[in-house]
Amino acid sequence: MLAKGKVFKYNDNVDTDVIIPARYLNTSDAEELAKHCMEDIDKDFVQKVEPGDIMVAGYNFGCGSSREHAPLVIKTCGTGCVIAKSFARIFYRNAINIGLPILECPEAAEEICAGDTVSVNFDTGEIVNQTTGKTYLAQPFPDFIQNIIKKGGLLASLCDGGTTHA
Amino acid sequence: MGMTMTQKILAAHAGLKTVTAGQLISAKLDIVLGNDITTPVAVNEFKKAGFTKVFDKDRIAIVLDHFVPNKDIKAAEQSKQCREFACSHCVSHFYDVGKMGIEHALLPEQGVVCAGDCIIGADSHTCTYGALGAFSTGVGSTDMAAGMATGVAWFKVPAAIRFNLTGRLPKNCSGKDVILTIIGMIGVDGALYKSMEFTGEGLASLSMDDRLCICNMAVEAGAKNGIFPVDEVTLSYMKNRTERQPVIYEADSDAIYEKTITIDLSQIVPTVSCPHLPENTRRAKELSDVKIDQVVIGSCTNGRMEDMEAAYRVLKGKKVAEGVRCIIIPATMAIMRECTERGYVTAFIDAGAVVSTPTCGPCLGGYMGILAAGERCVATTNRNFVGRMGHTESEVYLASPAVAAASALTGYITEPKED
Repeated sequence: MLAKGKVFKYNDNVDTDVIIPARYLNTSDAEELAKHCMEDIDKDFVQKVEPGDIMVAGYNFGCGSSREHAPLVIKTCGTGCVIAKSFARIFYRNAINIGLPILECPEAAEEICAGDTVSVNFDTGEIVNQTTGKTYLAQPFPDFIQNIIKKGGLLASLCDGGTTHA
Repeated sequence: MGMTMTQKILAAHAGLKTVTAGQLISAKLDIVLGNDITTPVAVNEFKKAGFTKVFDKDRIAIVLDHFVPNKDIKAAEQSKQCREFACSHCVSHFYDVGKMGIEHALLPEQGVVCAGDCIIGADSHTCTYGALGAFSTGVGSTDMAAGMATGVAWFKVPAAIRFNLTGRLPKNCSGKDVILTIIGMIGVDGALYKSMEFTGEGLASLSMDDRLCICNMAVEAGAKNGIFPVDEVTLSYMKNRTERQPVIYEADSDAIYEKTITIDLSQIVPTVSCPHLPENTRRAKELSDVKIDQVVIGSCTNGRMEDMEAAYRVLKGKKVAEGVRCIIIPATMAIMRECTERGYVTAFIDAGAVVSTPTCGPCLGGYMGILAAGERCVATTNRNFVGRMGHTESEVYLASPAVAAASALTGYITEPKED
């Protein structure tokens, strides 16, 4: 699986309240919610993002609420991948469960700049910054999690005769 | 190799003799929880995946608490969807308006959660129930859907940080000051993916409301769960609340902790988290020039009976400062009733505060106390992120009920007296 696009860069501790503010959570419609993705810290994100674009952020990305609406709106906006120095645990779990590709790679997250063009290979964990030519290797997911992603999310993996464990 | 208390509970629910940090396991669930924001997404996923039955109608809890009584038409539709699902699957622990409370105050109060349980909830503050000696953690809606269908969930067994509590809290401090102090020390990702295990001779002096508040905010340090050992305080709290038999797990004496941090409770001071992260802690006294527009006393963190008592002690016979809106929200109907019987509601109204039925509303900027640009609020809630309670240029200062009430009287952040 591959993604390629330009980079939107954010700081540490991007929380779920700025990814999708709770004032909009009176609906679970992903398209409706996605119109407000990131608006409290980056008003232009929704207008500028194009399919395949990549979010790069610092530590503890997705901290705060358990709302699955957060990875869902990022995915619905067309974002191909989120690369961060680290992820908050519920966001990490939710992203896998709904099929939003994420990679933990502190070095890449530090060095990649806003507007760079980056390509990502999820099978190998290879991140290439095509603007600077530098390559990074992210920690690959354990097989069990790769299986969930390959099946298209947690529920699809369950329906496919899989189990909920490794 | 010894196991932590969390690892013991997870091993037992996975049917394994031992587990170690980092291991992926599948564990049986005692309770699966959702609210009016997260359940609709779970119900959609549950149906989309073709499930027709829940694994056990007595082990699912659905609590309408975020936007009820409904704030608008869309919220009403979401509540309706939860109601219809709960009804069609005969969910035993379904709490609608009139019975509902803020989920993490309600489920312990009603005896739905119990010592030794393995619990997931589609709400990040599900970690609250660790106060009862349960493993309990927040997940998303898809995990809730899978949990409702199968009664199991996958976990990566967490490593742990041990907090060794000594001494006794000063009278003007509570569990809130303890957890804010800890988050200030270790940061908002200081316990990322880990358990926070509280031990030590100091915990005996902490009430159940203090413990519930401390575990509630474990997620604000990034933790997977917070947990207290089961002692007399736990057992007497659970007595007459639940027919279920508590199961007591203890950490092994040779359990492995990544580190141990000793907290002398007698040295805790009234603490406030400044915008826009819970780790930005300061002593309340140092913030006496911060002028405020609003006070909120309530939420899953601090809407319990002792919190109402703390607010009452400060507010009775006094007046909220001119220009300050003081909103008090008892977290459950039982607490609301008790506040009414004890005369707290009258005292709050006489002081110039408003008292609402239970709701999460203002904490997450839903309704019932939204802030305008430039406004400041002292809240007993759990998050002070940008825009959390309203406009992105508003500010939330997190504090205990005693600090919040004292601040309501002066109009500035105020440290309560030590008597």
